[in-house]
Amino acid sequence: MKPARVVAGWSLAGLAAFALLPWYLTEAGSGLGQALAGKPWLWAGALALAVALVAARLAAGRLQGWLLAAAALAGLGALLGAGFAVERTGIGAGGALVLLALLMLLGAGIARLGFFRGDVFVAGAVVLCGALLALFVALPVGKALAGAFVDDAGAFAPAALVERLASERVWGLGCLAGSVRCGVAWNTVFLALLTATGTTVLGTLLALMAERGSRRLARPLNILALLPIITPPFVVGLGLILLFGRAGLVNQFLEWAFGIPPTRWFYGLFGIWLAQMFAFTPIAFMIVRGVVQGVGPSLEEAAQTLGASRWQTFRTVTLPLIKPGLANAFLVGFIESIADFGNPIVVGGQYNVLSTDIFFAIVGAQFDQGRAASLALLLTGFALVVFFLQQRVLGRAQYTTVSGKGDAGLALPLPDGVRRACQGIALPWLAFTVVVYVFAFIGGFVQTWGRDYTPTLAHLRTAFDLQWGEHGLVWAGTAWNSLFTTLKLAAIAAPLCAALGLTISWLLARTQFAGQRVFEFAALLAFAIPGTVLGVSYVLAFNVPPFELTGTGLVIVLCFVFRNLPVGVRAGSATFKQLDRHLDEASTMLRAPTSTTLRRVVLPLLKPALVAALVYSFVRSMTTVSAVIFLVNAENELATTYIIGRVGNGDYGVALAYCTVLIVLMSAATAAIQFLVGERKLGRRST
Amino acid sequence: MPRSPLPAACLLALAALPAAHAQDGGQLNVLCSVQAEWCNMIQTVFTRTTGIKVNMSLKGSGEALAQIIAERANPKTDVWFGGTGDPHLQAAEQDLTLEYRSATLPQLHAWAQQQAAQSRHRTVGIYSGPLGFGYNTELVAKKKMPVPKTWADLLQPVYKGEIQVANPASSGTAYTMVATLVQLMGEDKAFDYMKKLHANISQYTRSGTGPIKAVARGEATVSISFVHDGPGEAMQGFPVATVTPAEGTGAEIGSMSIVKGARNLENAKKFYEWALTPQAQQFGAAARQFQLPSNKATPVDARVPDFKKIRFIDYDYAKYGASAERRRLIAKWEKEVNSLPR
Repeated sequence: MKPARVVAGWSLAGLAAFALLPWYLTEAGSGLGQALAGKPWLWAGALALAVALVAARLAAGRLQGWLLAAAALAGLGALLGAGFAVERTGIGAGGALVLLALLMLLGAGIARLGFFRGDVFVAGAVVLCGALLALFVALPVGKALAGAFVDDAGAFAPAALVERLASERVWGLGCLAGSVRCGVAWNTVFLALLTATGTTVLGTLLALMAERGSRRLARPLNILALLPIITPPFVVGLGLILLFGRAGLVNQFLEWAFGIPPTRWFYGLFGIWLAQMFAFTPIAFMIVRGVVQGVGPSLEEAAQTLGASRWQTFRTVTLPLIKPGLANAFLVGFIESIADFGNPIVVGGQYNVLSTDIFFAIVGAQFDQGRAASLALLLTGFALVVFFLQQRVLGRAQYTTVSGKGDAGLALPLPDGVRRACQGIALPWLAFTVVVYVFAFIGGFVQTWGRDYTPTLAHLRTAFDLQWGEHGLVWAGTAWNSLFTTLKLAAIAAPLCAALGLTISWLLARTQFAGQRVFEFAALLAFAIPGTVLGVSYVLAFNVPPFELTGTGLVIVLCFVFRNLPVGVRAGSATFKQLDRHLDEASTMLRAPTSTTLRRVVLPLLKPALVAALVYSFVRSMTTVSAVIFLVNAENELATTYIIGRVGNGDYGVALAYCTVLIVLMSAATAAIQFLVGERKLGRRST
Repeated sequence: MPRSPLPAACLLALAALPAAHAQDGGQLNVLCSVQAEWCNMIQTVFTRTTGIKVNMSLKGSGEALAQIIAERANPKTDVWFGGTGDPHLQAAEQDLTLEYRSATLPQLHAWAQQQAAQSRHRTVGIYSGPLGFGYNTELVAKKKMPVPKTWADLLQPVYKGEIQVANPASSGTAYTMVATLVQLMGEDKAFDYMKKLHANISQYTRSGTGPIKAVARGEATVSISFVHDGPGEAMQGFPVATVTPAEGTGAEIGSMSIVKGARNLENAKKFYEWALTPQAQQFGAAARQFQLPSNKATPVDARVPDFKKIRFIDYDYAKYGASAERRRLIAKWEKEVNSLPR
């Protein structure tokens, strides 16, 4: 589409929305009607759009650019300024569309001024993604973290931050000198390093097994390795407690066989680490698998032709080529670990980490929001440090292996040592996974878990009863409502999250603009702070006009999208590092517009990343707890909040039966996504 | 141009979908901090008898207070029902809840009226339950331990590593214990006691109901908990029994408040009045929750502990419910007790 037509199109769409759609969420009346009825600042939006419409008719050039950018900026400034300052009602369809149109016009104007190589599409995408990140990540998180600089009376006091953070409880190193414990900051970092290392190693081993090991194992590996992701939180924790807790099987066996009295050795660092290994290895597996798939076999064949042994080839060619995958997996593992709340709370014992401390500063008996914000700030700082370290490690090296030429090479079988290591570690781990899950499933179908093991379907019936009434089918179970809501919201969120995440990763990989690092970090930020802080920050930011969204399903969808965005971005970034940029350039040289290049060339090559992003965001949306606990209400109850309520009552049977149903559903959804997206075809031989 | 930003465009357009805000005039938003079954029961019955639609969210009292604080600029909640009394007092102290005097007030037990008076009538007591010990009857028999009857009993070496209590920094239950001990023994002696008790504690759990669940499942032998949490576990078939300490004990006062700036104020008042009637207060026992209801006329279930047989201290809710005192005691506990080796 020609840029002039694009500009005119957005201007007209914006004007139509202004004239026809209701401007506010809860009040009738279009922007036009409201502007006439005493809200004169709304004219600014219409005026800006009209100026843009005129500008669209000008010759492409700097004058047009200035006009577009200035009009759009003025319009946005007036609408948002008035919105934050005087509006009493949240904006609705009309307002949102006008703002969107102005953003796109701003992008077009900037492109016309010569930025982004004059590419209107790229400029529009950058402006839009930037605006979304600013509104749904930077604004809420900033609002929440600002609490760190405020003292109890609400006055600005940086000293309060220092006082809250510079305590023995945060930084103490007592454990090195034989005291009971170290500060929570050290605990958090130590645990995160262990978890990130562990999940990266294990995820890589599994990925190598699945891609380069035995073919028979690839499919069960894919399914089993993904199981922990589709599991609602605390199922693994509870399963592990039943195995290793004081009254658990292992301890009972030890007492019976060797007379060792049962103790609580499992609770603490080891327990959390094990639970986190379960929870986060799959994501490492998915990231590394995509990268291993992309490694061009002809490079390995070349190494062998030059006389390298299989081990040498693996060490000097394969491993360095999957470095982006390893670095990304490590980064995600580290951040997941520091933000994880569910596992430390279930099996943490006396081992405190920042996320649990933050949670209790918010909802615990202290109700110290300032302390929570200060600790969250610290956590964000850790994420920032790892993020920059990762950038340094990857540096400017080239990892491109997917180029325009089909690769006729054959994937190299793993060296024997590596294969044995994969099997020796990965297979027992998979067996262990099966055991823990069998335990969890059994819990849903016996009378009382840990007490009365009579098989029953009563729990399932409580949750998912179906009856034939006078008017046909009656959804009599108590869980149907939450199940349908969750499915609906997660299904809306997943494609949005994947699209936005991959778009951002494409912008980061293929374009250059100032502030790119800030952009990248903002996309990661929602992930790095604990869910509870994100949830509270969403309430703080979106409970007041102009973006008044609390109480709607939409705010939950947005929370899902931006919470899970980083996985899409990381998966996309790792894949882009492998794709030869000449592929894009060839398409551009054949006069395809950027949007066509994206659709016909880039997207098909991104399929593994797309699957990872879709699956992960869908599944995580269905299993998130802490981020949405303040956002759910009676109309939008979610599966996880229902389950948490049951667990709170000690009603493990119903909770676990529900989890079983969720796991089955999510497996089906995962398979469906994989089937619909399909595998990418890289022009490689298989035999 | 519009192709790839399309998903994002949908996102903004979605922002536009008017979320069915049906304002029929007949609804009420309730934050409910008691057990789920109880919440559902009052929701159903109140809706059936008045025709007012109740939107009920279930949240623990800490989460409920955090939500009300976060929403303070534009409250979405009308009534906060149940949950331990301290967070309600904090909400009153921070001016988050509305001053309201019910006509039913004289019909309530003295402790419920006191709770209202101390908060300048921004909250009111709806039930009460004593603090005590829960123990696993099978484990006690197996290990041949005596059943603890007094606070002093808990210091016996035989209980080393067998006792669980929640962490006062995170749990109102545990804070009630700290405040009770301070009032019972005096501050210095209470902290000496807790330091000695520390040696016998296996874990300070996060949630107040955690210890008795651990006791039920054999992860611990003795818990310090509210005794009304015991029967629910026992009815699931777990070997749990409870006692109250002979030297005297404190109690929680489950409370109810109307949020300041409530959008459905008239309905909120109707609900508030209804919740104080004897009919409404029976639903606690019906949902297997055995606290003592605050209305004197409410029939009391046989499984509710007999308050006449329990020795209560004269708990000063105003002093120990205030934020400053609470923060001081918790910080002192963190510093002097929780940091000790075992």
